[in-house]
Amino acid sequence: MRRIGDAPLVRRLLIGAALLLSALFLLLPLVAIFAQAFSQGVMVFWENVSNAFTLHAIGLTLVIALMTIPICLVFGVALAWLVTRFSFPGRRILQTLIDIPFAVSPVVAGLIYLLLYGRNGWIGGWLDSHDIQLMFAWPGILMVTIFVTCPFVARELIPLMQAQGSREEEAAVTLGASGWTTFWRVTLPNIRWALLYGIILTNARAVGEFGAVSVVSGAIRGQTNTLPLHLEQLYQDYNAVGAFASAALLALIALLTLAAKAGLEWRASRREAYT
Amino acid sequence: MSIRLQNIAKHFANTQALEPINLDIHEGELVGLLGPSGSGKTTLLRIIAGLENADRSPQPGKILFGDRDVTNVHVRDRRIGFVFQHYALFRHMSVYDNVAFGLTVMPKKRRPSNGEIRARVFRLLEMVQLQHLANRLPAQLSGGQQQRVSLARALAVEPDVLLLDEPFGALDAKVRQDLRRWLRRLHDELNFTSVFVTHDQEEALELSDRVVVMSNGRIEQIDTPDTLYRAPKNRFVFEFLGDVNHLEGRVRDGVLTCGDAHLNVDLPDGDEELLLRPHEVRLAEEPSAESHLPVTITAISPVGAEVRVELEADWLAKPWLATVRHADFERLHMRRGQRLFAHPRQWHRFKEDAKTPEQQARVA
Repeated sequence: MRRIGDAPLVRRLLIGAALLLSALFLLLPLVAIFAQAFSQGVMVFWENVSNAFTLHAIGLTLVIALMTIPICLVFGVALAWLVTRFSFPGRRILQTLIDIPFAVSPVVAGLIYLLLYGRNGWIGGWLDSHDIQLMFAWPGILMVTIFVTCPFVARELIPLMQAQGSREEEAAVTLGASGWTTFWRVTLPNIRWALLYGIILTNARAVGEFGAVSVVSGAIRGQTNTLPLHLEQLYQDYNAVGAFASAALLALIALLTLAAKAGLEWRASRREAYT
Repeated sequence: MSIRLQNIAKHFANTQALEPINLDIHEGELVGLLGPSGSGKTTLLRIIAGLENADRSPQPGKILFGDRDVTNVHVRDRRIGFVFQHYALFRHMSVYDNVAFGLTVMPKKRRPSNGEIRARVFRLLEMVQLQHLANRLPAQLSGGQQQRVSLARALAVEPDVLLLDEPFGALDAKVRQDLRRWLRRLHDELNFTSVFVTHDQEEALELSDRVVVMSNGRIEQIDTPDTLYRAPKNRFVFEFLGDVNHLEGRVRDGVLTCGDAHLNVDLPDGDEELLLRPHEVRLAEEPSAESHLPVTITAISPVGAEVRVELEADWLAKPWLATVRHADFERLHMRRGQRLFAHPRQWHRFKEDAKTPEQQARVA
């Protein structure tokens, strides 16, 4: 007997359609980015990339990502721990609140931060009188980046930690382990793959975030321009090669992230097959 | 080390999981906590372990290990060994590392040297007959092997008391039997005080020095398996410890009548319910002067030392179960659909209203 949908014609049609769509919507644009970036030769590409403003944008983007990741990591682990290991009133509401950054448009998030922490904002006014500037400076960019990326780690961990339960941790404690030892030797090894996966997603989003950052950064070249903002400016200035050179860099970071993610998934599946 | 519980109670939100309980467990004793699910037995075990806190109000209870008051001592300092129902082995650690865990997390002052840890772990693995699997991961072991690892892991830290939560619940029948005997031997050899939770009466009766029967957060009876089975204090204990046949009817002038069935009893007039164990039902071809209980055989299971026969009759609300010797089974040529007469050898009766439940047994 043949399974439903297993006729050779149906199979070829479906696979063909999938390949065609992937090529049109995923592969072709990616190729186009690199083609455009190198359209006037490697030297022009290199000139654009090694431009001082571009270098600064790359640096700022990476620094923001590097600062975002540890903060989201600690926040995500603590939140997942809280939600899966304790029961308290409001637990469900908290679990729903985690998703707010996913539900809200990043531009709206940026505007809210501007409203709160900008010079005329509720908190910003007070900060301004103490000579602290958050908006239109790197702290603002960091704040909104954290806002849009903070659910990733917790979202990865919560289902896993729920499924694993707290029995192993209880066992560790009955054997005399301290809370810290239990976390390092029992909890962390059990969640490490999900944790890495969450970090990869966080990094991808932190590097590529445009909407929220564009509202709060002010996009001052050489000061508060991240790579996505810089790209957009170059494009508005009719510098197609420059814009696509930056785009190629962003695409490259995305590809590396995807490769890391695929590598982790491959390792995880091998571990499962092994155990 | 002895365990003494005084006035231990537990609430979860608005439900009372445990009514105030007092319990003494002697040094070296193996005690089974037996009850249906929801009876509070696991909660009680977790309170002894310190994984759960007993209520502090209206009045705080007390837990003593020997002379040591451990009521407010954290789990990690109570010096207990806890064996979980689903083993709870550290899945990313080898069997060796699992067993060594309790020794490696000791504070530096008390921690044995690496060589000593190694020797101790292998001694324990030898005891549970798993030294050849020291490098395996838990997922590569069978359920019975995993449970033995978890026992070795709990014993590695030389606990004062060993607590086991449904230790054999997740294993198949044959492995369960073997592990049960093996645990009993181990207990007799090492002579630690242990408490285990089970919902399996047979397991509790076979393994324990004394059994604590629980229901609805209350202790119903604490006794040796033998006393428990022969002299249950109330109807719950009697019914929980084995199969029970019910005979309901009205007594008048020393005769209990139920439909076309009747039985001579020396009880005052009124409604009565008599209880019989399957082995207390004798089957014969004729009624007697004492009893007239016609039944029909509806199912026969000849497996084991005795034949289990299911009986039905229109005067019975629920079918009866009788166990018959193979010799009697053959002598009466029992078969399905056959009509016979049941003769109680003995029956029991519990008065629900009386403060101290009363059991009456008489030989018929």
